[in-house]
Amino acid sequence: MSSTDPGIAAPSYLTAGEPGLAGWLLTHDHKRIGILYAVGITFFFLLGGIAAAMIRINLIEPQGALMSAETYNKAFTFHGVVMVWFFLIPSIPATLGNFLLPLMIGARDVAFPRLNLFSWYLYVGGGLFTIGALLLGGVDTGWTFYTPFSTLFSNSHVVLAVVGVFVVGFSSILTGLNFIVTVHTMRATGMHWFRLPLFVWAMYATSLVMVLATPVLAMTLSLIALERLLGVGIFDPALGGDPLLFQHFFWFYSHPAVYIMVLPAMGVVSELITCGVRRQIFGYRFMAWSMLAIAVIGFMVWGHHMFVAGQSMYAGIVFSILSFVVAVPSAIKVFNWVATLYKGTIDFHAPMLYALGFIGLFMLGGLTGLFLAATALDVNLTDTYFVVAHFHYIMVGGAVMAYLGGIHFWWPKITGRLYPEGPARFAAILMFFGFNLTFFPQYLLGYFGMPRRYHAYPEPFQWLNVLSSAGASILALAYVMPLCYLGWSLVRGRAAGPNPWRATGLEWTVPSPPPKENFALPPVVSEGPYRYRP
Amino acid sequence: MISPLPQASSLAPGIDALFNAMLALSAAVALAVFAAMLVFCVRYRRGSAADRSLSPSRSLGIELTWTLVPLALFMGLFGWSIGLWQRLQTPPADATVIYVVAKQWMWKTQHPNGQREIDALHVPLGQPVRLVMTSEDVIHSFYVPAFRVKQDVLPGRYTQLWFTATRPGRFPLFCAEFCGTDHAVMRGDIVVMPSAQYAQWLQQHASQTLATRGGELFRQLGCSGCHGSQSTVHAPDLMGLYGHTVALSDGSRVIADDRYLHDSIMLPSLQIVAGYAPIMPSYQGRIGEEDVLALLAYIKSTTPEPAHEQH
Repeated sequence: MSSTDPGIAAPSYLTAGEPGLAGWLLTHDHKRIGILYAVGITFFFLLGGIAAAMIRINLIEPQGALMSAETYNKAFTFHGVVMVWFFLIPSIPATLGNFLLPLMIGARDVAFPRLNLFSWYLYVGGGLFTIGALLLGGVDTGWTFYTPFSTLFSNSHVVLAVVGVFVVGFSSILTGLNFIVTVHTMRATGMHWFRLPLFVWAMYATSLVMVLATPVLAMTLSLIALERLLGVGIFDPALGGDPLLFQHFFWFYSHPAVYIMVLPAMGVVSELITCGVRRQIFGYRFMAWSMLAIAVIGFMVWGHHMFVAGQSMYAGIVFSILSFVVAVPSAIKVFNWVATLYKGTIDFHAPMLYALGFIGLFMLGGLTGLFLAATALDVNLTDTYFVVAHFHYIMVGGAVMAYLGGIHFWWPKITGRLYPEGPARFAAILMFFGFNLTFFPQYLLGYFGMPRRYHAYPEPFQWLNVLSSAGASILALAYVMPLCYLGWSLVRGRAAGPNPWRATGLEWTVPSPPPKENFALPPVVSEGPYRYRP
Repeated sequence: MISPLPQASSLAPGIDALFNAMLALSAAVALAVFAAMLVFCVRYRRGSAADRSLSPSRSLGIELTWTLVPLALFMGLFGWSIGLWQRLQTPPADATVIYVVAKQWMWKTQHPNGQREIDALHVPLGQPVRLVMTSEDVIHSFYVPAFRVKQDVLPGRYTQLWFTATRPGRFPLFCAEFCGTDHAVMRGDIVVMPSAQYAQWLQQHASQTLATRGGELFRQLGCSGCHGSQSTVHAPDLMGLYGHTVALSDGSRVIADDRYLHDSIMLPSLQIVAGYAPIMPSYQGRIGEEDVLALLAYIKSTTPEPAHEQH
């Protein structure tokens, strides 16, 4: 990448612009909006984490150690709703994506800065509805809102919760739209498609999914509200509706939503690995195309959530083969990341540890996904803890590890400060072990037949649940640690300089923290990404 | 400690064989990748003297290898799994039919001879059993880990599941689809008995058969008032109807199967028989799914030869 002379030191985005709270709440700067999202996401992560902790404490005893059945059902629903829609979906795209996408392609901002701010307000608005539902007594349907339970039988605040998710969905659509237009129209001179960093490819693929899938969710949730409030028969068989129709609609969004969570993680990890290994990514084009392949094929596999739901045998066969096919591009990515390590010069700083952890956990999550794609095995495993373990390996082991790795990697760029490397490495390693101790026993629980969403369970399942809860306490500690030392570094951290990692990429050519306008002069790009020297 | 999951149905060994094969394959892949990562991380750590010349950044041959080899393996696994899946989805024709009605939060089962159970199901050893299931309220899921079978149970339609128990004993039954407050305690026991013992058990608890009870209901609920042969009301004759084609007022045709008969009782305005006025009252909320099953059994029993059943 050609470097751009920062020229006369412009004030950073943190100090430029209107002072005070108004300067943040009315900002059009993609970097400040990224920070606003980061604050919201951290808040919701803690809320969802508290719910998770309550769940794990409860499951120490076969009869339930902490909560009544009703409270437990509300706790896992809240955990799911918050973690999926208010943490995982926006996590990497809305924070790192917002902050980095324009910098990485050499742009001043995203294409529609006002719309970008509006998406954040939608996110906050949706969050208020969801917290409102919690404060008024909670929701007990599970994050999947299956009908007719959600429309006819649940006595909880379903409508309030679905309105929250409906609203936050539009934030997701607008972010996706913004990113697509930005990548198409605002790339710097010479930054053609195959010179884009893989993180930008990941954002682009994710945005496609956001824009195409989320409207279906919005429609589905509106139909739930319609049926619940007005008794319009859509999903309820007593009114002539079809409950399976809901599941088709819901998973048509919610399966691609998994890729909204994991594609950005793949983008982050590609940046982290190349810098940690100081080497070109192995198979750049395969990496880029495989992300688009995942985004496209990901739209055709939703029925694998419904093998035992009552769809036909032939539907099962079609969705099974497509689910095996969608695993191929993921396998390519894992192999290419590992191949990138070959003949590199590897530094084991914290972001690299997170990236290595991601590869391991994502691979275990992906391999167990093959078991679930095999219809005959899925019959036994679906709706058990095997599935719970599987998607936590992908979403927590994968997406959250990558998110935190990315936060560490770009922390010096975002804040201008260095975080302390020792505690950061310790936390990353602790997280890896805590995670495995929490979720590996859940594979066994599922294999032995423990269904999910059980507040109480037969005694033989206890020892594995205790192991899992013990792991969760370690994991919780590992999650709190970065909050502490990153917070400390905001005040006490050493100044980072523009490029502490000696990384390639346009974002590292500008000062840390970057000036409000990003680049003093429009950058000109003359080579591909990852031109690392050992 | 949990004892290893028992293999108590005819399909369990085949399913476990596939599971073990996939486990072995996954373990091999995972170990190979971890080993490569470990070796590379040690060998190419900063400061090591390893040779780093000629490091490739792409290779079409390698990329195609690890695209096509996994694809081929996956297709092999898919083929293996589909064979089992078709067996799981195709009940043998001679299977004994037992009806299951799920409701918040219990399992109600009815044997053809009229024997009824709650949160329990007695089945004969070594004989195929087909469960025809429906729900009174929300979606539930009938899950017997020892048999490796699971099937969601939906309101407003019949789903089915079959197994042949191969081991006598008592095996847990779980509800696997979240169904509200007491989902976690919606459990039961599957009791597998040798055939002779099972026959004895059925005898001991014998009452009137399902079809006989259905016939009584047919009169008590007033169905016979309109559908009976002496009726003056213009209503379709139901005797011998099961399995036959019915012409509807909108010009379409349906086969009078379980689902059609169920809907005609509970949602009569949905499908009107050609040539009849829509005067049938809905029995939704007036009778439960168990009674509907009894009525269906009665209507079926009036069909001379065993009809071809549709689900």
